[in-house]
Amino acid sequence: MDFVLHLPVIGLLLQFVGYLVVVSVQNGNLIITLATPIGLGALCGFMNERSGVVNIGIEGMMLTAAFIAWYVAALAGQVLPAGTPGPLGITLPLLVGLAAALAAGVLVSALHAWLSITVRADQIISGTIINIVALGITGYLGLLISQNSPSSAGNFSSLSLPAGVDGIPVLGWLLNTVIEHGPITLSMLVGVVVLQVLLYRSRWGLRTRAVGEHPRAAETVGIDVIALRYRNVLLGGLLAGLAGAWFTIEYGNSFQGGMTNGRGFIALAALIFGRWTPVGAVGAALLFGVADALGTAIRQGPPTGDLGTFLTAVPPQLFSALPYIVTIVVLAGVVGRSVAPAADGQPYERESKAT
Amino acid sequence: MTLKRAVRLLSIPVLAIFLALVVGAVLMILSSPLINGLDPGLPLSAYAALVSGAFGSPDALVQTVVSATPLILAGLAVGIGFKAGLFNIGGQGQFLVGAVAAAAVGAAVSTAGGVVAIPLALLAGVVAGAAYGFIPGFLKAYTGAHEVVTTIMLNYVAIQMVGYLITGPLRAQGATFARSPSVGNAALPVLFGSNGHLGVLFAVIAVPIAWWLLFRTTIGFEVRTVGASPDAARYAGMRPRLVMMLTLAVGGLLAGLAGAGEILGISGYMPAGYSTNVGFDGITVALLGRANPIGILLSGLLLGAMRAGSNLMQIQAGVPVQVIDVLQGVILFFLAAELLVRRIFRIRAARVQVDELQTVTRSYSSQTPK
Repeated sequence: MDFVLHLPVIGLLLQFVGYLVVVSVQNGNLIITLATPIGLGALCGFMNERSGVVNIGIEGMMLTAAFIAWYVAALAGQVLPAGTPGPLGITLPLLVGLAAALAAGVLVSALHAWLSITVRADQIISGTIINIVALGITGYLGLLISQNSPSSAGNFSSLSLPAGVDGIPVLGWLLNTVIEHGPITLSMLVGVVVLQVLLYRSRWGLRTRAVGEHPRAAETVGIDVIALRYRNVLLGGLLAGLAGAWFTIEYGNSFQGGMTNGRGFIALAALIFGRWTPVGAVGAALLFGVADALGTAIRQGPPTGDLGTFLTAVPPQLFSALPYIVTIVVLAGVVGRSVAPAADGQPYERESKAT
Repeated sequence: MTLKRAVRLLSIPVLAIFLALVVGAVLMILSSPLINGLDPGLPLSAYAALVSGAFGSPDALVQTVVSATPLILAGLAVGIGFKAGLFNIGGQGQFLVGAVAAAAVGAAVSTAGGVVAIPLALLAGVVAGAAYGFIPGFLKAYTGAHEVVTTIMLNYVAIQMVGYLITGPLRAQGATFARSPSVGNAALPVLFGSNGHLGVLFAVIAVPIAWWLLFRTTIGFEVRTVGASPDAARYAGMRPRLVMMLTLAVGGLLAGLAGAGEILGISGYMPAGYSTNVGFDGITVALLGRANPIGILLSGLLLGAMRAGSNLMQIQAGVPVQVIDVLQGVILFFLAAELLVRRIFRIRAARVQVDELQTVTRSYSSQTPK
């Protein structure tokens, strides 16, 4: 073993880690912003799958909510007075749009819940239906509406800290990265902590885990499996609704057909990579965000020296494909294993009552 | 097959299509104020344009068959998976990999004679698709990683791979946008109409071959047995692992052939932003065709007709083509909610082998076959 030969590799690796840290620190705020729909989508998937319902329709749920948020806010803007925007750019039309997006998320989830829990249809097919119909109907209506009355109610703005705070070393950066966001991103940051605590520290969490792992046993101790699954899938719809609203009333202010562009599937990847826990899922979404930021940073200003030569030789598409590749790897158990809740995807049928 | 059984078999798909058309009509009427003012007759004129765009002229008929070709192949890719109890959502990725491989090899041999160039380019597409389909099969067989998740992930890996190849090593010199070089002599000959290319024949041939493989060979019997009951299959000395890998590889092969056919038969090159919904369309086709090759042929033709006719519908009636996606989703909805359709029309269940479709996704937690 020629030890010396390996030294340059180690040096390069250390340089790379340093570069990664610099990129992550510099782009911290943007990484969290862009991870929001993925994180919220993954939390929606979490609510479904931990109670035993597979959801590959996150993409369609987000797309529907994105469309509804934009259109309802724009309609509300025509009748309601916008007034002066409150903190975070909150106006009445935007709030109406947000409420409508949440309702849309719940409604689409209700369809998924009904198909997968009551009808006991194949849950993958149910998710596929949602994706196809959402893409078609929002594309259809989006096209017709934008031909006639292209309008927008604007969007939420980020929390702004008083000038000077950003200048404080470390703390300033931390506040800027974590706090200076719009309301939807902030609610994800709060939501992930709340859900993590609830999952392991509350009666609801215990029951949800029981229903996702062994519904029959849960039922014998008096948990209503069907009702809990319904409730969790519908609550998950709220999160998908938030994720959708992010596209059209927080990050941007208009709708284009198919604008979620596969983020619902990255959310699924994040959920699996994060091993079906809230903190893991959102952490994975952030990690995917870092990979994305890295790709962009290399294109815009590659590091100098050997590392730069090496990194610019790596196709940027590899960084974009990384989330999907690592998900396959952890699912296959090559490096650590990610195991789904045992009853995930299995419809539950009550045992018939004794006669 | 008795008439009674045929009616029972066909009743749900036919009713699902009918109900989808009704839902589409309601959507059109509700959205008509956005098109040309409220018009309760809009669905009639739209569907009339759809039918005439799909069947109204020899050219329209050719277009229908050409549009149906990738749908039939992708439908078979999904349908064969269903028979083995596998859900292949990776049609999109397998299609793209097959397309880019055919485009690359086609461009490389573009100056050779067609007799050499065409088989080579097709073979590249087919092999690449099969290899890409084999990956989830292998992962499922030996690690238990569920094919639904791995195929979805591989779709996105394929999109990035195509983006890299077409903007990088495969990029044609001097083209105004990122695309692969022309496939030249590897282009499939046009057999009929303006663009009825050779690929159409592959779809037509693939149907009886798939039927024969599934229902008249030992391996087909193994596939269906594994799909019906993996434990029983293992007890009978069959090889579930082999069946999983083989079925998904064959699915990838068919989807790859579809991709190669589109590139070599229609565009003649591959653009960087080539997008396709053929994977999800294939799911609709397979479910509507009840995972049976002949049913898949029919439902592929139906969906192909809808795609082909939708352009005329948009031009003549002003109804955006996206309404076809809505119809397709609603068809799937009524197929999935078969119970609901039966209740609406008061019909009894057909005793056919469709039960397996409902147990495809038993669980996506890891279950390594023993």
